[in-house]
Amino acid sequence: MKNGISVILTVVLMAGTALLFESCGKSQPAAPPNSEVGLVFDVGGRGDKSFNDQAYRGLQMAKDSLGIKYQYIEPGGGSDRESALRQLASRKSIGLIFGVGFIFTDDITDVAKAFPDKKFACIDYTYDSTKAVPKNLIPIEFRENEGSFLVGAIAGLITKTSKVGFIGGMESPLIRKFQAGYEAGVKYVNPKCKVLVAYAGVTGDAFKNPAKGKELALSQYAQGADIIYHAAGVTGLGVFEAAREMKKYAIGVDMDQWNEAPGRVLTSMVKKGDVAVYDVIKEWKAGKFAGGTPRVFGLRDNGVDFVYDSNNKSLIPEKVYKKVEDLRNQIIDGKIKVPTQ
Amino acid sequence: MAEKRHWLEHPATQNFLIPIFAVVLSFAVGAIFILIVGQNPFEVYSVLFSQTLGTSYGVGQLLFKTTPLIFAGLSVALCFKAGLFNIGAEGQLQIGAFMTALVGMYTVGVPAFIEIPLLVLAGMVGGGVWGFIPGYLKAKTGAHEVINTIMLNFVAAALVSFFVTNLFNVPATVHTPSIAPTGRIPRFDAVFSGFEGSPVNFSIIIALLAALFVWYYIDRTRYGYELRVVGLNSKAAEYGGISVSKNIILSMTIGGAIAGLVGTNYVMGYKYYFEEGFSTGTGFMGIAVALLGNNNPFGVILAALLFGMLEYGGLVINTMVPKELVSILQAIVIIFVISSNKIFRKILVNFLKKRTLSIND
Repeated sequence: MKNGISVILTVVLMAGTALLFESCGKSQPAAPPNSEVGLVFDVGGRGDKSFNDQAYRGLQMAKDSLGIKYQYIEPGGGSDRESALRQLASRKSIGLIFGVGFIFTDDITDVAKAFPDKKFACIDYTYDSTKAVPKNLIPIEFRENEGSFLVGAIAGLITKTSKVGFIGGMESPLIRKFQAGYEAGVKYVNPKCKVLVAYAGVTGDAFKNPAKGKELALSQYAQGADIIYHAAGVTGLGVFEAAREMKKYAIGVDMDQWNEAPGRVLTSMVKKGDVAVYDVIKEWKAGKFAGGTPRVFGLRDNGVDFVYDSNNKSLIPEKVYKKVEDLRNQIIDGKIKVPTQ
Repeated sequence: MAEKRHWLEHPATQNFLIPIFAVVLSFAVGAIFILIVGQNPFEVYSVLFSQTLGTSYGVGQLLFKTTPLIFAGLSVALCFKAGLFNIGAEGQLQIGAFMTALVGMYTVGVPAFIEIPLLVLAGMVGGGVWGFIPGYLKAKTGAHEVINTIMLNFVAAALVSFFVTNLFNVPATVHTPSIAPTGRIPRFDAVFSGFEGSPVNFSIIIALLAALFVWYYIDRTRYGYELRVVGLNSKAAEYGGISVSKNIILSMTIGGAIAGLVGTNYVMGYKYYFEEGFSTGTGFMGIAVALLGNNNPFGVILAALLFGMLEYGGLVINTMVPKELVSILQAIVIIFVISSNKIFRKILVNFLKKRTLSIND
């Protein structure tokens, strides 16, 4: 009990200090209202070499070329997401708030309703056409099927065995979007080419199982496939390992995965969270924020792409690259329609 | 003799001054880290305090963070009284919260006056079972509860994760379907408009009742007396006719049941579903809360308030400093407050000795 009393006193003291600080801490010049951007990261925060880092790059791009100031929060799990969104939304200087990742779907919808004067955007929002999205919220979606079409075309043009593979994580509409685009791309340039398809499972764990990924990849290579594209998260790391062992090729996903198996990664289909963040900020600054319906980032918006740089240039012949760039233009012009399922 | 004593020699003043010293000092050390990352410590601290204690919304957030810490702290404290080190509160609260959500999912249409106690009970049963297992193993085989509770934390996390992602999830999410609407505990902002937007809810009343229960149980009942004797000296207890194994099992089970109540705050009072990763180490924070609260139920409440403030305050200042610094600050406060007692008492005593010597000269 003695210690208990002391803790009471500590709390009282802290409250006193708080008042003291509050009276003298409010002298900093306030930024104009609604001039800044706030962003809440997914669990993991900066340094994940994936979506969070991409979103951060988008903020920096906006700072460099639009002169936008930003604030961000790296929350833990649970209630921190909503608290963090509210924190940022309740600051006068902040006018636009991002949530990074599908897990924000419920939280950001609630907070957007609670702050009708502020604007919100959510990367990879789980859009459900039966549920209304608040007018001040933009769900951001990516056309993964279009990027997958292009890497499919690369695989179809480069394969020597006329057999390529696809390995998905959890069997779900989202991953089938990757598969559909990839298959369409392969068939478009090489109608005789066979596409072997395998999924690691039907649950979320199917994205976390490299051993299963390796097993599936080894089996596809054994059946004659010489290139495998994966859309399987961590499970895909097993695909790269199989590619290294069998001296075959693999195609990465979401970000440039060259370093997973240097020399064996033909290319990667990248989703550009940075572009999405930057574009939404730019539109918002220009007064053209349009919420309520999903904002889709495809090839036209540079929201998805494939990697072609000094690392993998030697693996992709000039002719193939030109052909794929031609396909890109045809998709952007609407001459090729890429299926989603 | 008594009137000659210096005012600093009184234990009451010492107990008053020492923790204040510790907190002030820890914030001063924290300020060095803030300076290293290039921020002004005064600005950071002023935001930390004003946004947690300075607004009713901030107080609401603080109380929301405090509630689970009270449950976890009580769980650890009660077991500690029986001489047991319960590192398993994290696993117990995971299982308990999941049970609350699970029962809540399948009992749609039950009136609130049955549903709410039912879900509270489900949480206690879930957590209680998870406390009973290491308690039983300790009592019957002597297997050390520290190792078993740590291991059961892993089992609980994996089990719950498996259920949430495989069997009971809403597609494309990592949470269960919602519990029955009648199982919801009202939020403060439904009654007091000042708390609008903060998730604090009336489960904090359950937490306070739990503290009252633990105090009464330990200090005012025969069972509590037996439990304390076992904790102080189990051999003496055995001589005195107190069953040590019964008390070990009982205290671990009750401790687990209290930890299992964490779900009342998150599942019944906030999200209305169980979400994977909802607890960010609450069970482990409970150990620090119990230590700081001196294993006293009311001390636990106060310690939980302090840590609740640090947890929410950490989020508040995260726009100014990296999240790693927030963790450092929390850890420094814990270390200073807990280790301060002996160190500062020594300093005080030395100071007083010198003083007396100089007066005598």
